[in-house]
Amino acid sequence: MKAEAIAVSVPTDIEAELAAARLPFFKAFGKWVRNQPLGAVSGVVVIIMILIAVFAGQLAPYDPVEAHYEAMTAAPSADYWLGTDQFGRDLMSCIIWGARTALFIGFTSAILGSTLGLVLGVTSAYFGGWFDLLFQRVMDVFLAFPLIIMALAVVAIFGTGPENVIIAITIPFVPRCARVVRSNALTIREMPYVDAARALGYSHTRIILRHMAPNCMAPYLIMLTTFLGQAILLEASLSYLGLGVQEPIAAWGLMLQGGAEEYAESAPWIAIFPGLAITLAVFAFNLFGDSVRDTLDPKLRAR
Amino acid sequence: MYRYVLKRLLLVIPTLFGAALLVFTLLRLIPGDICEMRMAGTGGYYDEDSIRICREEMGTNQPMLGQFLSFIWGLMRFDFGVSMWTGQPIISEIALRFQLSLQVAIMATIVAILVAVPLGTISAVKQNTWVDYVVRGISIAGIAMPSFWLGILIILGLLISTQHILGTPWMPPISYRPIWEDPLYNLSMLIWPAVATGYRYSAVATRMTRSALLEVLREDYVRTARAKGLWEKLIIRRHALKNALLPVITVIGIEFAFLMGGLVVTEQVFNLNGLGKLFVESVINNDYTMTQALVMLVVMVFIFVNFVVDICYAWLDPRIRYS
Repeated sequence: MKAEAIAVSVPTDIEAELAAARLPFFKAFGKWVRNQPLGAVSGVVVIIMILIAVFAGQLAPYDPVEAHYEAMTAAPSADYWLGTDQFGRDLMSCIIWGARTALFIGFTSAILGSTLGLVLGVTSAYFGGWFDLLFQRVMDVFLAFPLIIMALAVVAIFGTGPENVIIAITIPFVPRCARVVRSNALTIREMPYVDAARALGYSHTRIILRHMAPNCMAPYLIMLTTFLGQAILLEASLSYLGLGVQEPIAAWGLMLQGGAEEYAESAPWIAIFPGLAITLAVFAFNLFGDSVRDTLDPKLRAR
Repeated sequence: MYRYVLKRLLLVIPTLFGAALLVFTLLRLIPGDICEMRMAGTGGYYDEDSIRICREEMGTNQPMLGQFLSFIWGLMRFDFGVSMWTGQPIISEIALRFQLSLQVAIMATIVAILVAVPLGTISAVKQNTWVDYVVRGISIAGIAMPSFWLGILIILGLLISTQHILGTPWMPPISYRPIWEDPLYNLSMLIWPAVATGYRYSAVATRMTRSALLEVLREDYVRTARAKGLWEKLIIRRHALKNALLPVITVIGIEFAFLMGGLVVTEQVFNLNGLGKLFVESVINNDYTMTQALVMLVVMVFIFVNFVVDICYAWLDPRIRYS
């Protein structure tokens, strides 16, 4: 009750001044585009990809699993824009539906991984002491596993399929994000508002989630955007190895698995276009992530 | 220096122990019992007796602590037990393939350094010119490009170009021969996977070389060297590059993890019978003991490499030792 009273008693004219000092949204956005032209371009690509993934059903000219026996390994033409594979499936439709798989798995695991990392990192910094020390050592252990090795080990236990791929990609992300967030949260813990919250007798959970975590948004968003590209690449690798998404779900890595090498000479488009899709997606997400980092982390801006 | 090595070594031990504990626990997380999974996996009929025999073989009828201790004891003697799939001792399966994977890893590292240091240097020296933009484009593409796709493209390029030049398509040989027996044959087989894995590796190292060199070039001692009228090439080579290579070494150490991950995928593309392929096969075949051993091996190599990198770093930069 007392806390509410204090919050309300903040003089309103200060808030009004703050609002005036803030740039209008469009002006701020325009400034960002001018400072980060590459980021803006990659942002547009990212948005287009998201739209393609969402409207895959409307955009794809054919059913991605439908076999056109009259046009097996057909070269790109007016009917099949990117050609067909050895079963006569339209590559364009497969790539459009593959975008949905890649982006769904990419976004889910990046958001899950960085959010779990955020909560764990802030918690570790908040409690400090032996808890923090122990937590750090546990994170060290997790970080000793290379990304794809950890993911493969998780797949070995839980099996393949989209849900398990998400788990496999999320787990190695958590300690990587937790470590970065923790170092940021260590400085936030010393802030007067955290002391104030503690003095008001708020619960640990409330201080961690409502007071500290929102102030760790910069490292959180940086890690989140970095993970997006990595997750898409990891999903493609796992699917390529036959340990990720399984047929009949369309996935870019899966498309490169079977016929790509076998028909390399007679039908090179089977190998080229899905790989191009992966590269473009990861490229766009990486560039976007880089510009987000440059914007949010002024220390790195000089580089 | 000795004190630093000792301190660093003491940090390695709990990490290794924790990793062993994690790998050990992971294996016990499998829904159901390993032996039941194994019997059910083969699709055949099984009874209590065969399960009991299997459990005795695997040692899963022992108490957990005893199992863990014998796992650790085995690790110390490089005894990983027996493969559930082939029934062969795991260490002999690994020994068969270790040489090939190690060679590709070393070659990929050499490729990466040979590409990264000169490219990164040129890019930093000619900052914000078209050379710089081209190099940065190449390195950003290298990070985005999956190494298996690059591998497929290399095979595609080889097939098409040899078709044009020789008239018949040529493919790299598939069976492995050690480099000291037939160096030409060996290199013609392994250079392609090394390039496919090394490209990504070099992309990261190029970026690091560039940014490290840019920072060093603004230092006072570089200005002093220039004021002395030293030859610019000498300044870059002796004064700047030597100091800029420190963070590059770290990146090469950290990226070694990606190299091992990259090997898993590239060995599949080029159909090389190395550790990466063994790893993927063991996951596909539900060969849990093999997966466990290989994960542990990779982690041990990774921790060892990072340890060596840290020591090199401290040796090159005395400030770290004394802090």
